[in-house]
Amino acid sequence: MQIIVCLKQVPDTTEVRINPETNTLMREGVASVINPFDMYAIEEALRIKESLGEGEVTVLSMGPPQAEASLREALSMGADKAVLLSDRAFAGADSLATAYTLAAGVAKLGEFGLVICGKQAIDGDTAQVGPSLAEQLDVPHATYVRKVQSLEDNKIVVERMTEDGYEVIELALPALITVLKDINQPRLPSLKGKMRAKKAEIPVWGKEDLDVDEKLCGLAGSPTQVVKIFTPERTRECRLIEGSAEEQAKVLASELKKII
Amino acid sequence: MEYFLTEEQQMIKELAARIADERIKPVAAELDEKGEFPWNLMKVLAESDLFGVWLPEEYGGLGGGVLEQVLVVEELSRACSGVAVSYAASGLGSYPILLFGSEEQKQKYLPDVASGAKLAAFGLTEANAGSDAGAIETTAVLDGDHYVLNGTKQWITNGGEAEIYTVIAMTDKSKGSRGASAFIVEKGTPGFSFGKKEDKMGIRASATRELIFEDCRIPKENLLGREGMGFIVAMRTLDMTRPGIGAQAVGIAQGALDVALAYARERKQFGQPIASFQAVGHMLADMATEIEAARALVYAVARTIDSGAKDFSKESAMAKVFASDVAMRVTTDAVQILGGYGYMKEYPVEKMMRDAKITQIYEGTNQIQRNVISLELIKQAARKR
Repeated sequence: MQIIVCLKQVPDTTEVRINPETNTLMREGVASVINPFDMYAIEEALRIKESLGEGEVTVLSMGPPQAEASLREALSMGADKAVLLSDRAFAGADSLATAYTLAAGVAKLGEFGLVICGKQAIDGDTAQVGPSLAEQLDVPHATYVRKVQSLEDNKIVVERMTEDGYEVIELALPALITVLKDINQPRLPSLKGKMRAKKAEIPVWGKEDLDVDEKLCGLAGSPTQVVKIFTPERTRECRLIEGSAEEQAKVLASELKKII
Repeated sequence: MEYFLTEEQQMIKELAARIADERIKPVAAELDEKGEFPWNLMKVLAESDLFGVWLPEEYGGLGGGVLEQVLVVEELSRACSGVAVSYAASGLGSYPILLFGSEEQKQKYLPDVASGAKLAAFGLTEANAGSDAGAIETTAVLDGDHYVLNGTKQWITNGGEAEIYTVIAMTDKSKGSRGASAFIVEKGTPGFSFGKKEDKMGIRASATRELIFEDCRIPKENLLGREGMGFIVAMRTLDMTRPGIGAQAVGIAQGALDVALAYARERKQFGQPIASFQAVGHMLADMATEIEAARALVYAVARTIDSGAKDFSKESAMAKVFASDVAMRVTTDAVQILGGYGYMKEYPVEKMMRDAKITQIYEGTNQIQRNVISLELIKQAARKR
């Protein structure tokens, strides 16, 4: 089975700082890592491949050229192939435009059985790209998967976390799932894997290589526009009301009435 | 310091460091407390290909040498030297096969050591034969196509856990140390059993047991080299592995310095961090200086061996003796810097101090190492005249 894992390179949040003037991330000098939730996606893909005893795991990312480093790390863990979608036209994409471009990448990769994504990226936190990609690919999806119960030729059964328990969902393949950290413990890379990854060729596909409409990619294709980023001002004043409980309640009630 | 590691060596060091920090450190105290053999960590090391770093590629290794092995042992020891020695002892147990084994023996045993599928162990020490390896009482008698082993080996690291054992036994007692021979014994061979697991002061995650041979019949082809070569096999093996003990010591000491430095910067007395007191600052300075000197010596000796040098007993002994003495001093000082906290088990330095002690004792006590060094000095001086 062909398994595709979508991953995003994100700044290492343990080191991230915010520029106080522009309120944007200061990326200079901050290490980049694979989005932690995507690590579980990679691990699950490798486990599925190992349990089936056949198949191929391809890691796919859209991002700037340096995202190649994250793809190499995925290769060092045991992924078979990696492809980077990178083009100036893809820059500034919101979750819709990202899913659109990723879908074009998946389409170019050919037939697949399963796409696995992390539940969300720790920088954007939208959790939209996975489901949105499933819609673009026109395949069923399940989000917040904590366990793959079974996988057969034409269907997958997963446990999906909900607020008060979990659902068991059966999906016809091909399908897409997004996974939680409960699903597994990602392996460390191996030395042989690292050496293989170092030498591996990672193709970079731009807008010319994909069947995409440039107007739907990147900033141009993003209905979400960031107007301004700011830290909400805290204008809290604290006033202590003195007196007996009865007096305090009276004053409090009249103050509250003013606000309402 | 810049040690001019190759890209591959850097990769090995970083991966070992990552395993130490992410997988070993969080469980080190628990492993120490329970004295539990860290099989799941052995599996992690195996899956990362670290068991094979020092073995040639034709036997499934990565083609490195002593330096590669030393880098791994040092990093693992920062987190827990009980885990590190379990890893290193597999190297100790299989070096005799690499150095003296026939092609057939190498093909049969080394790939499983390289992949980490099997652990190895080395059986030399006995109750009455420690530093005096010539006093070995275990015997091996040729009987048809088999050797019959009788006797007991003591304090064998990885004993009971390993699958492959290289054992030194006397084939001709009348010849003293020239009557010793080396054998490969597989776990599960009838007549081969294990004594109880020793309850140790330190390196408690590692398993130390007796190897008991009672009319244990092993195929004649399991002889390593020729009869009478056992003592040479043991000495050549230990020459290769002593830098590993040095690396273990450097790792323990580095781990202790890291904890002591972090503590000294945080702990406030008289309104200021204790690191700002010269008495503490100078202790940290000495610790760091000694560690760097020990590391430089260990790496230099490892490189000397890997370059194909013929005679390096003296240098190998120097690396072990110097680094282990440094580890003992540094860990003792680390406990001192942490004061009462250092003496408590909630903090990791008392374990490091217990762990450091064994590096002055095993694979040849530091007293024996000094004998080796001084004897070589005298021999070399005599040759010049």
